[in-house]
Amino acid sequence: MPALLEVEGLEAQYGWTKVLHGLSFAVESGGITTILGANGAGKTTTLRAVCGMVKTAGDIRFDGQHIAGKATEDIVRLGIAHAPEGRGTFSQLSVEENLRLGAYARRARTALEEDFAHVYEYFPVLAERRRQVAGTLSGGEQQMLAVARALMSRPRLLLLDEPSLGLAPLVVREIFRIVRAINQEQGVSVLLVEQNASLALELADHAYLLETGRVVMGGPAERLRRDESIRRSYLGY
Amino acid sequence: METFFQQVVSGLATGGIYASLALALVMIYQATDVVNYSQGEMAMFSTYLAWSMLNHGVPYWIAFFATVAIAFVGGVLVQRIIIRPVQNAPVLTIVIVCIGLLTIFNSIAGWIYSYVIQPFPSPFPKEPIKIGQIVFGQHDLGAIGVTLILLALIYVFFRFTSLGLAMRAAAHNPVSARLVGIRVGWMLALGWGMAALIGAVAGMMVAPVIFLEPNMMAGILIYAFASATLGGFTSPGGAVVGGFLVGVIENLAGTYVSFIGTSLKLTVALALIIVVLLVRPSGLFGRAVVHRV
Repeated sequence: MPALLEVEGLEAQYGWTKVLHGLSFAVESGGITTILGANGAGKTTTLRAVCGMVKTAGDIRFDGQHIAGKATEDIVRLGIAHAPEGRGTFSQLSVEENLRLGAYARRARTALEEDFAHVYEYFPVLAERRRQVAGTLSGGEQQMLAVARALMSRPRLLLLDEPSLGLAPLVVREIFRIVRAINQEQGVSVLLVEQNASLALELADHAYLLETGRVVMGGPAERLRRDESIRRSYLGY
Repeated sequence: METFFQQVVSGLATGGIYASLALALVMIYQATDVVNYSQGEMAMFSTYLAWSMLNHGVPYWIAFFATVAIAFVGGVLVQRIIIRPVQNAPVLTIVIVCIGLLTIFNSIAGWIYSYVIQPFPSPFPKEPIKIGQIVFGQHDLGAIGVTLILLALIYVFFRFTSLGLAMRAAAHNPVSARLVGIRVGWMLALGWGMAALIGAVAGMMVAPVIFLEPNMMAGILIYAFASATLGGFTSPGGAVVGGFLVGVIENLAGTYVSFIGTSLKLTVALALIIVVLLVRPSGLFGRAVVHRV
């Protein structure tokens, strides 16, 4: 399958501290790719780099187009949606307003009602809480809102930053189930960053292992899951 | 009793001016965490532009809307050209830039138009109207009307349009706003433009009462600060209510507290600021801002 997102020799730094040291990976069109690694490995920074939220060097191509160095708002308009770490919902706005903002950059505003219906089908609880201020939602509901808002832009690539963080295992399962459904039914490619390796490897078809800003291993998720030594030394389960 | 009602109505009229300017301050404060000290001088300068047009025989309402449009564009330009380069600088830098803008607008107005006090016409008829026993100035009622229409338009814009929603989103959470494709930089510029527009309306409504001169807005700006502080710098609605309250309080205090009269009215506003900051720093409708450290 052709790659939708290709990253080569990606470097990123905050101030004087270099966080990524020449990262290379690809996200296949229509697939789910996951980047695993411990705290501080550079997972979040990788996603931020793709969206132009940190200063980077190296090449990032989305659908063949060079996007490194572009402004965040231009990159997301190409069809990349990012549900960031800490969910990044607009906590003072209502659930519905958050979703409307998700569709903000989209050219065709006509099918908005259809998209609302779609998103509420995946996340019925958001339909119930439509008028509620986002800041009053539970953690799980906020994560759902983050994913739902990303969906509203009709993305081709969905970036998910630790959707499991701080959530009860049942809620996490539910969210992962929905991500899989979105991937299969809408054909949205997914780049998932996770600490919860076992869950992520179950969901993904491709995986990369990140250690202090370098890819130490990459391949089909199946292989990483089966390999006893990798599992013990890197994934810790 | 008649005096009381008359004072309340004329308090509401000036209060509407304070409310407008306070709203302009709050809009910029919410979007950028900065108080625009030059808001009053920008309004004064816009009013002079209207005055020039009127002197050249332009009909009032055409001059009014032209001024509003120029003020909007001017506000956008000020943000793009002067504020944007220092946007990420420490707050103190931006404060100094705003104070610099204040002096610049003030001096340019004095240089072009001189410091001679000029009359400024009201679009409303002069003769007062009588409702029951009470006499109202038509300019007072007109100014209240114009203010309320303006506030209603702004409310509708922010509540019901997607551009308004995007501006609110950019103000609350710029990082997430960029992630949904909102051009945050332009939203800030739009905010400055709208604030300048509101200020221009306030300037043209207050000029017939206090006359036109480069320093006319100095006092008004302090009342606007009092209004925004009273209502809460984090609450646009609160700033508006605060404006009307300050207008009425100031008028009633001037009428019924003998030693205040007209000469100590401004002191009432300053005292109000201090009392609010001591008793309820976030204002009547504001939320206490909590910063994660």
